[in-house]
Order: sequence, then C-alpha cells, then structure tokens
Amino acid sequence: MMASEFKIFTKRDVPQEEYFAPGHRACVGCGEALAVRLVCKAMGKDVIVSNATGCIEIISSLYPDTSWEVPWIHTLFENAAAVASGIEAGLKAMRRKGKIPDKRIKVVAMGGDGATSDIGLQAISGALERGHDLMYVCYDNEAYMNTGIQRSSATPYGASTTTSPAGKKSIGQYTWKKNMPEIAAAHNIPYVATASVGRPFDLIRKVQKGMQIEGPVYLHVFSPCPTGWRFKPDLSIAVAKKAVQTGVFPLYEGENGEYRLTVNIGELKPIEEYLNMQGRFRHLTDDDKQLIQERIKKEYEKLKAKCASTD
Amino acid sequence: MPERTGMEVSIALSEAVKMCKTDVVSAYPITPQTHIVEHLAELVADDEMDAEFIPVESEHSALSACLGSSAVGARTFTATAGQGLELMHEVMYIASSMRLPIVMALCNRALSAPLSVWCDHGDAMSIRDTGWIQVFAENGQEVFDMTIQAFRIAEDADVLLPVVVNLDGFNLTHVVEPIILPDQEQVDRYLPEFHYPYPLHPDKPVSMGTYAPPHLYIEVKKAQDEALKNSKQIILKAWDEFRQIFGREYNPIELYCMDDADVAVMAMGSINETVSLAIDELREEGLKVGQLKLRLWRPFPHTELREVVKSLKTLIVIDRAISFGGPGGPVCSEVRSSLYEHEGMPHVIGFVTGLGGREVKTSDFKKMVRKGVEQAEKGLEEDYEIVGARE
Ligand SMILES: Cc1ncc(C[n+]2csc(CCOP(=O)(O)OP(=O)(O)O)c2C)c(N)n1
Ligand code: SF4
Ligand SMILES: [Mg+2]
Repeated sequence: MMASEFKIFTKRDVPQEEYFAPGHRACVGCGEALAVRLVCKAMGKDVIVSNATGCIEIISSLYPDTSWEVPWIHTLFENAAAVASGIEAGLKAMRRKGKIPDKRIKVVAMGGDGATSDIGLQAISGALERGHDLMYVCYDNEAYMNTGIQRSSATPYGASTTTSPAGKKSIGQYTWKKNMPEIAAAHNIPYVATASVGRPFDLIRKVQKGMQIEGPVYLHVFSPCPTGWRFKPDLSIAVAKKAVQTGVFPLYEGENGEYRLTVNIGELKPIEEYLNMQGRFRHLTDDDKQLIQERIKKEYEKLKAKCASTD
Repeated sequence: MPERTGMEVSIALSEAVKMCKTDVVSAYPITPQTHIVEHLAELVADDEMDAEFIPVESEHSALSACLGSSAVGARTFTATAGQGLELMHEVMYIASSMRLPIVMALCNRALSAPLSVWCDHGDAMSIRDTGWIQVFAENGQEVFDMTIQAFRIAEDADVLLPVVVNLDGFNLTHVVEPIILPDQEQVDRYLPEFHYPYPLHPDKPVSMGTYAPPHLYIEVKKAQDEALKNSKQIILKAWDEFRQIFGREYNPIELYCMDDADVAVMAMGSINETVSLAIDELREEGLKVGQLKLRLWRPFPHTELREVVKSLKTLIVIDRAISFGGPGGPVCSEVRSSLYEHEGMPHVIGFVTGLGGREVKTSDFKKMVRKGVEQAEKGLEEDYEIVGARE
C-alpha cells in the first residue's frame, strides 16, 4: 500500500492487538504510557524497540516483569538511536547472509523529550543522517519527569519546573521550546510527523504510514504528564486536545519535504484555555500569557505558510 | 599453506576481522586506530568482506550500535583508542553486564591533557573494572591471532562476554611486521558460527536491559563476576585449540628465562620485546633474571602468578599508567594484592614508565632491574617510582 493512501481513518481501523501490556507502574493518567500503547498497537509485532532511559523504561520494565510484548532493549539514556542503528545493521547483514529469515523487521527507537532533544540529539542526528531503516518516536512530556520534573529544551516558555522554578526573579522556563521535528526534518528524511494522544486516529495513521516507509522516520508525540504539569489525571486527553486547538502543538506531517496539516483547527482558541488548565503555568501574568499568545500565533502562521507553499 | 607476509599490524588485524566473517563493524576514527577503520571500510566497499560498516558520529554511538547488532546475534567488531575509549566508557559496562560478546581492538593511547596520541596504558586502565575480558599483545602476530581468539572466546555459550584486545598505539599499530596469515579453512575450523542464545527477534520477543531494584542488583553483579572468573577455563581451552590448529602457544603469563631466575620483570604489551633484550644482557652480566609477560589482564590470572613467582626473591613490575596519588601503577598494585597474604612471595617493586609514548630503552630496564634488586634488599624508599621524567 502506498503511504499516501492513508487519508481517512476511523475507529474500525484501529488494531485490536495490544503490545504494550497493562500492569505497568505509570501514574494514573500518564500521557506517555498511552502514547506508547497506541504506537505499539499501530506498529504491529514485526518490530524491535530500542528504548531510552526515562519514565517509560522505568514504569514498564522492573525486573523480572515487562510490559513489552515485542522485542525490546534498553541500555542507556542518550543512545537509543545508536543502538537502533546497530540493530538495523545487524539484521541487514544477517538477513543478507541467510542467518535469519528473510522478513522485514522495522526498528523503532523511542525516548522522551530529554532523551531526544537534549542528551541524545547527536545520536539521533547520526542515525537519521546515515539513512537507517528505522523509526524514531519521541514521546514529549516537556521535561525530565523520571528524575523529578526538571526542565529540558522541550519545556515551553513560562513553565515552572524543578530546575526552572518560577520565582521573584524568574518566569520559570525562559527559553522557547526547541523545535525538534524541524531539526529532524532538516536531515532530509522521507517522513516527519507530529502527533498527539489527544488525536489517537491521527497518531495511529501516522505510525502506520511511518512503518511502511523505507528509511528514517521521525515521529514527535505530545504526551501530557499530570504529575509534572500539575493537572488532575482525568484531564490528560482534554489537555492534549486543547494543545492542538490553541495551536500550541499543531498536528502536521512532512513527506519528502511536503508539509501538510493533518488536523485542521480553523481559528486558534485563546492560549489561556490551555495554560489555565495546568499548575505549571499558574504564576504567569496576563502580559506573560499575551507574549506566549503572540509567539504561538506567529509560529502557527509560519507552519501554515509552509504547508500552503508545498500544497 | 600459510605464508609469512610483511604487513602493517593494523592491516593484519583488519584481515583477521575479515577472516572471522564479521557481520557488523561500527567504529569512529581516532589516532592511532585509524588504519583499522579505514581498512575495514575499504574491505566492505570492495566487497571483500560481507559486513555492514556503520560510519557512526561518535565513539559513544560506535559502541552503542555494537550493543544493538550484538543483541540481534550479529558478529560485531569495533576499534578505538584513548579519548575514544573514554567516550565509550558508560557503554562499556552495558556490553559486559548485558552479556553481549563484542570484540574491540584498543590501540593503546595516552589520555589528555595534555593531548598525546602516543602510547601508554592509561586508557586500558580506565576500563579495568568494566567487566570485559582484557588481553594484551606483544607483537603483530599476537595481534592477529588474539583477534581471532577474541571472537571464539567472547561468543562461547559459557562466556558471552565482550573482549578487548590491547595493542600498543604506533609501536604496534603502525609497524610492518612479518605475519603468518592462516588459511580461511583453519579459521573456519577454529571459529564456529555465532549463535546468540536470546537474540532480539519478533518471533520470540524478549525484554533486555530491564532495571533492578536493590533486592536483585547484587545477585546480578555476583553472577557477572562469576561469569568473568569462569571464563578463564574457556580462554585456556580456546588457546589450547588454537595451538592445535595454528601451532602457536598462548598462556595467561608468558615466561622468558624463568627456570633459575630469582629476579623477574613483569610488563604488558610491546615493551616486553625491549625487556627481553635487557634480560639477555643482564644474564650475560651474570644476573639470574627472567621475564613475565602478562597477557591475560582480566580475568586476572592469580593462580598462575602465584605459581610462577614462588621461587623469586624480587618481582619488578613495569606500569605504563599512573594511579594518581594511589599505591603505584595499576598492574603493580594488583600484583601486590594478589600475592599479599600468601606464603613465600617475592618483594614487589613498581616502576611507572613509558608514558605518552616516551621511549624506554634496554639500558633503562637494566637500571630498573638493578635498582629494584637493591630496593628489595634495603627496603622500599617509595611505593613506586616514575622513571624517565626530567627533574
Ligand atoms: C547519562 C545520564 N544522565 C542522566 C541520567 C538521569 N536521567 C534518567 S532519565 C532522565 C530524564 C528523562 O527525561 P525524558 O527523556 O524527557 O523522559 P521522561 O522521563 O520525561 O519520560 C534523566 C535526567 C541518566 N540516566 N543518564
Ligand atoms: S511522571 Fe508523568 S510521564 Fe512519568 S509516569 Fe508519571 S505521568 Fe507518566
Ligand atoms: Mg520528558
């Protein structure tokens, strides 16, 4: 099937199989665990997962238990993409030499925003640039949650974290979120997409599309964390949806350099609707929110222009 | 019939990797290891070797990629030196703890700062406790042979541990030596196909690298320690079979002029050749001196050491690395603690020398021997001495 044939996706098309088993130790309402569950559903069984250190690895793999029903390896925090490169190369050589059955296995590296946009960035860049047949999935909860809500370069402006605390002299995080999908796209890889647990069909469709592409694929999944963002666990999906509607996290895909918004949201909802749901933004003044609003609008316009120019 | 060929040692090593039918090479260039990566890349490019060559962006990724390829059951090789090894450091522990039988050539290089590309064993000593099997080669033929042995040992189902083959940077990597290249058939007979018992594969999913709470960690580490210690039996067996097929002998500690010796010099790596020359001259001068070449660094050959030093009065240990502010060179302090508490053991005198590629001559070793003997008689002045530094 051609990748571009995936245009419409409905409930019926969601695979029934589960490859990320329940019983893991994630907090109630964990957006990352949901992201991984959906990604695994969509990938199917013919994969090998290379996982970075972080919440997901910890909550899913307390020896001797495991949530992984697909082959899975965790080694370190910053090297999931490099390990995946080795897996891909090893499979390729052994398949060619007839040492394993001649069957395509997609290698999937996964990591949090810290593992992806900070400490593992070099290894990811290397893996994407070398053109391995692998998919990299970043589940982004906008901080180092596993170690106690420290800021990362993916933490949004104004968010209070334990290492970017809001205070008399501090707005909290004083830098703007690093645009990791764009960094991935700059490697000229065949497919880059953003996705959200608030839009599961869109997410599943993108994973399935990515699975069929030969070569490097990058997927960035917005994954709210009730514990770190300070909201009630039953609001994870609502927060994720609001991020899409306000333009905080637009859903798009870039296929061979052609960009497309996959979820059209029309007029952006006011940013307060998103910020006010979360304790991490509690300290922000109206002026601060205004500043964020302007930035979001500008970024969104830029993205729309890019989509229009390649339409 | 195997022939003797003049060959740069780095090229010979690469040829060994080829003859082992390696599946994946993942390495990042660093002096003095460059000729190895370059030659392997060339062998793959020219279709002389059916392998995947991963031109990684760093040593951290080089060894990380090795973890992945080894975990799917591919025969995996890497090579590095000095700073490259330091960048791999964190990954070294993973390879051994997760029982991934990767083979690495370590082209021994001094560590920065100041920057030095030349040989000493500072890099090797920094990975002493990472759980890898570690061997040192003295010359080009040993480098070639030990590379083949390394795969055989690492991949043995009763071992499954990574192996580092140490070869001195420049003094070995960049010299042309006569090498006997075996027939492919001999290598094939010696080295069976690699079958990893629990490879990552969708047909039989496994989880590798789960995390251990306090009530499990120590058991895992004890098992790992036992695996490394027990590997010695397999190493000895692998060397014995190597002798049967290739006719060359390998031992944890190689002996030279030890029959009637009451003094011995112990060293690792290529300086052993210079030490041998010093031994010859000292013998002519009437000193009953012998030589112990330490080949097997991990697992440390305690029993063999205690046996061979029994008749000695003095054992002089040469280190090419410093343990800053510590008890002496790493090899010397290891030897001392191995012998301490045992009956009738010799005095152990330590010298640190040959750092950062500084040449150590026959005459220097002769001086160390005489000084060591004197110190053993009079008692230690200092725990160790750094030889060759201008005051
Ligand atoms: C080299 C190294 N540095 C630091 C750590 C500590 N550490 C483990 S997970 C983590 C943060 C993970 O953050 P992220 O990748 O965003 O994943 P999350 O836990 O948020 O899912 C840190 C700092 C480590 N394990 N290794
Ligand atoms: S801290 Fe956040 S990301 Fe981590 S398990 Fe809890 S909810 Fe999930
Ligand atoms: Mg995170």
